[in-house]
Formats: sequence, C-alpha cells, structure tokens
Amino acid sequence: MKRIHDSLIVQTMSRLLIPLAQLFALYVLFFGQYGPGGGFVAGVIWTTSMILTFLVFGLKSPQGRLVEKVLHGDGVGLIIFVGVGGLCLIGGGEFLNYANLEIPGLDAPARRYMGILLGQIGVAVDVAVTGISIVLSLAYHDIEQEYHV
Amino acid sequence: MTYAVNIALLLLLVLTAASATFLVKELMSSVFILGSYSFFLALVWAWLGAVDVAFVEAVIGAGLATVLFLITLFDTAPKDSRLRRPPPPLAGVLGLPLLGILLLFAANDLSPFGDPASPPNIHISPMYLQNSYADTLTPNVVTSVLMDYRGFDTLIETVVIFTAGIACALLLREARS
Repeated sequence: MKRIHDSLIVQTMSRLLIPLAQLFALYVLFFGQYGPGGGFVAGVIWTTSMILTFLVFGLKSPQGRLVEKVLHGDGVGLIIFVGVGGLCLIGGGEFLNYANLEIPGLDAPARRYMGILLGQIGVAVDVAVTGISIVLSLAYHDIEQEYHV
Repeated sequence: MTYAVNIALLLLLVLTAASATFLVKELMSSVFILGSYSFFLALVWAWLGAVDVAFVEAVIGAGLATVLFLITLFDTAPKDSRLRRPPPPLAGVLGLPLLGILLLFAANDLSPFGDPASPPNIHISPMYLQNSYADTLTPNVVTSVLMDYRGFDTLIETVVIFTAGIACALLLREARS
C-alpha cells in the first residue's frame, strides 16, 4: 500500500487475474436469475478486482486512473434502481411493480424479468462504487502522498 | 459417515479460527485469521444450501474486510498493533457459557433443519415456489423474491449501502482540504 508493487510476478498475475475477476462478476450478475449470485455479489467481486488494480498498479497508472474515475459514479446505481421503479409509475402501476414497465413487445412476465435484471445492474453499480469509495477514503493519506511526490 | 466427519471438522475449523482471532497477540495475524474464519464460515453456508450467502461471505468477509483492516493497520504505529490483552472479567467467564447453554436450550424449540412441515415452509414459501417462474420467468426463486416480491427491501438496502459510502467519505476524506 505504501508504494506501488514492483514485483514482476505480482504485476503479471494481476494483469491476468483482474480481467478474469471482472468477467466472473459480469457472469454472476447476468446469471443471477438462473443460479446463485446477483447484483450484490457481482458488485462486490467487481470492487475487489478494482481494489487489486489500485493496490498493485497504483492510482497513477492508466488502470488506476480508471479506478479513480469510478468514484464519480457515486449514486448512479441508486438512480438506476429508483429510476426503474419510477418508470413503473409512469407506466401506470405501483412503484417497483415491474409488470408496468413500458417495454413494447413484451408481456408481463418478460417485463418483470427485465425489471429484475435492470434493478440488479443498479444494485451492482451502487455496491461497486460504494466499496471502492470506502477503500479509497481509508487509503487517502497514501494517495495524497503519491500525488505530491 | 465421511460426510458427518467432514462437517464436524469444518465446524471445528470455524471455532478454532474464531477463538484464535481473539487469542493472538499481533493484530496483523488476527486480521488474517479472521479472513480464514470467514472462508470456513462460507463453506458452512454452502453446506447449509445458502450458496448466495456463502458467495457474499467469501468475497466480503475473506476478501474485502481483510483489505479494509490491512489498509487501516498500515496507517497505525507498530506499538498500536500489538495488543496487551487483560485477563477477561469473571462475569464474562461465568456468564457467557451460561448464555450459550441458554441459547442451545432455546434452539431446541426451533423446527428441524429442512423440515417441510415447519411454519416458514408452509406459510408463504410454497406461493413463491409455485408462482415465481410463471410471474417473472426467473428460475432462481431467491432472486425473484429479493428483486420483485420484496423489491422495497432491496431498494432500502441499496439506500443504506449508499448512505454508508457517503458517511465514510465525509468522515475519512476531511484531511484533504
């Protein structure tokens, strides 16, 4: 944490494992309706991959800058989730009653399916951004030093 | 036979890790033992059939929490991360086993694990199980209950997570200005 990891083995393995973890997070997110998993777990797995990124490569590297950019997305996940609920209101039903999601060409069960999927994406984004936000807040002194040196 | 032995071994590992977390003198070792404890607990959840919970326990307990503790420990002086543990008070030594016995006694009244006739299994679960796929095209009933039938719960949970993130940022990032 105090400085960027300079071991070649760690860096190479991280380059290999971080995309795998992110792919697995997406799999868990979209497979959540067929097996164990879902938005929460997907968001947390994505968070761990981003933490590994900034622990190994530091925040100055291109990958690290991407992690820092993620912080600007605080609240986006919540907006997605609440927005899906609000769209149900516009469609003429109750809040979060996905059957009223106005998607043309779909019947009620398929609309509920889409609603669950969109809500899970919202939860995943919210959890991922919150997790990386907490970790970056904790490690903030180090980040500041890294920028000022 | 093997199955029972495995489970007993697993529970023993969980108990060992839990007690070692409290007995170790160095905070750094304590953090790593806590991580392994979470991992063993995740295996126990998987054995109980709660694969979703096992997932979350493995990722958060063994992964994220360990990283959070480590980052915090890196910012503390060595003298703060070594612990002098005072001997536990007598009330705790006598009271906690008593409380444990009381809880085990109370656990006798719970319905047996996996009993199809237990109240939670006959009250509302059959409705979910029968209607989930027709209502939402979602084979995983847990997901449809979480996101659709009980959507409000999940929404408020998400709000709680968001609030926690905001609070951490407000408290910890003050040093920047």
